[in-house]
Parts: sequence; C-alpha cells; structure tokens
Amino acid sequence: MTKEAIIAALKTIIKPYSEETIVLETLSENTDFIKDLKINSANLVDIVLDVEEKFGIEIDNDSMAKMLTVQATIDVIQSKLGNNAGE
Amino acid sequence: MNAQEIINQLPYGKEFLFVDELLQVNEEFVKGTYTFSKDLNFYDSHFKNKPITPAVILTETMAQIGLVCLGIFLLKDQLNDKNLAFAMTSSALDFMQPVYPGEQVWVSSEKKYFRFNKLSCSVKMENVKGEIVSKGTISGMLLSQGHE
Repeated sequence: MTKEAIIAALKTIIKPYSEETIVLETLSENTDFIKDLKINSANLVDIVLDVEEKFGIEIDNDSMAKMLTVQATIDVIQSKLGNNAGE
Repeated sequence: MNAQEIINQLPYGKEFLFVDELLQVNEEFVKGTYTFSKDLNFYDSHFKNKPITPAVILTETMAQIGLVCLGIFLLKDQLNDKNLAFAMTSSALDFMQPVYPGEQVWVSSEKKYFRFNKLSCSVKMENVKGEIVSKGTISGMLLSQGHE
C-alpha cells in the first residue's frame, strides 16, 4: 500500500480524536501525534486499535511504542503488510 | 486473587469508597454491589431538601467496580509496583433512573478490550427492582509512573 493511501486512511481514523483540524488537513509523514495533533495516550490506543482493524494487522507492544508519528505508523503498517510499495 | 483481596487493593479512603462487595470476577467480567448510606454527606446539598445520588457519584461507583476492580484483577501479577495507578480517561453513560439515599445498586461490567494499558468496559448499574439505572462505556489507563 502506498504512503499516500495510508495517510488518507489515517486522516479518517484520527479525525475523531483531534481538535487540531488544520494540522489534520495537512497531515504529512512528519506529523507528530502528541506534539502536533495533541492526542493523549488513551486516544492513541484507540487510534492503534482502529489501524489494526482498518489494515487487518496486529500491532504488538514494541510497534505501538514506536507509533508516535505518521512516518513511524506508515513504517509499522507497511512492514506488517509485508509490502513496501511506495518506498 | 479473590474478591476481598481486590477490594483491599483499592486506593480509596472510606469517604470515597463505593464498593461493598464483589459477587463475581473473572478475566472478562466483574459484578459488585454498593449501598448508598443515608448518611453520605453530599445528600445534604444534592439537592437542598431533596436528596438524590449525584450522577457523578453513580459514575464513580460504576468506575470503581467496573473498571478499577476488574483492572486490579487483570493486573494481579504487577501489583507489587507501588506506582501503579488508574486514571479514568472517558465515560459515556446514560442515566435512566434516580437512586435515592439508602438504595442498593449492582454494577456489572464486561471487558471490551484491555490493550496497551488501556481498559475499556461496557458497564451497567441496576437497582433492587432489576431496573437499569445507568449504562454505557467507561475507559481508563493504567499509569505505571504514578501521576502524570
């Protein structure tokens, strides 16, 4: 799956959990969930659970700990899918 | 870990403990009961001359039985860590019936998920007639470093 497709899916997933609408609209690889989107740790768990469901993958504790930015999340999703298209 | 051991682990003082007894607890489910004594101090003011249990206290009761007691059971292997604490992170509850001074309530809670230190449960409270007083979802995070 391409980076662009993953970013588009992430925008939809993150929307209910962030009030930072402008940051969300311009979501990029460099966006940080906590610093830029002001998402708390409880909602970050929900985002990770939604990512699992959307992409049909299972995320372990080590991967979860890394998923603090959009780039890191794309890396986790692509590696779990065994698919590096768009790299 | 049995029911009394769970209650002994609760971090509340007696003025703010809303669990009398746990009737059932396992990895997926907990059920407990509490009776609101007529002497509880908030009845003097909520409301003036018309005491009714505040919804915020019903919420706390549902969280203590449904989330914290179940969380302690699920974390039984990590409880030696003195810095463990639970923080309620969200509650979405409907309230259908009032609870008056002296009433007993039963809270049952079903685990939706426990992942990455977040526990989310479907919780309901019933009164002595078996009517649903409140139901909804409560979630909390386990904080391993005390207060954030």
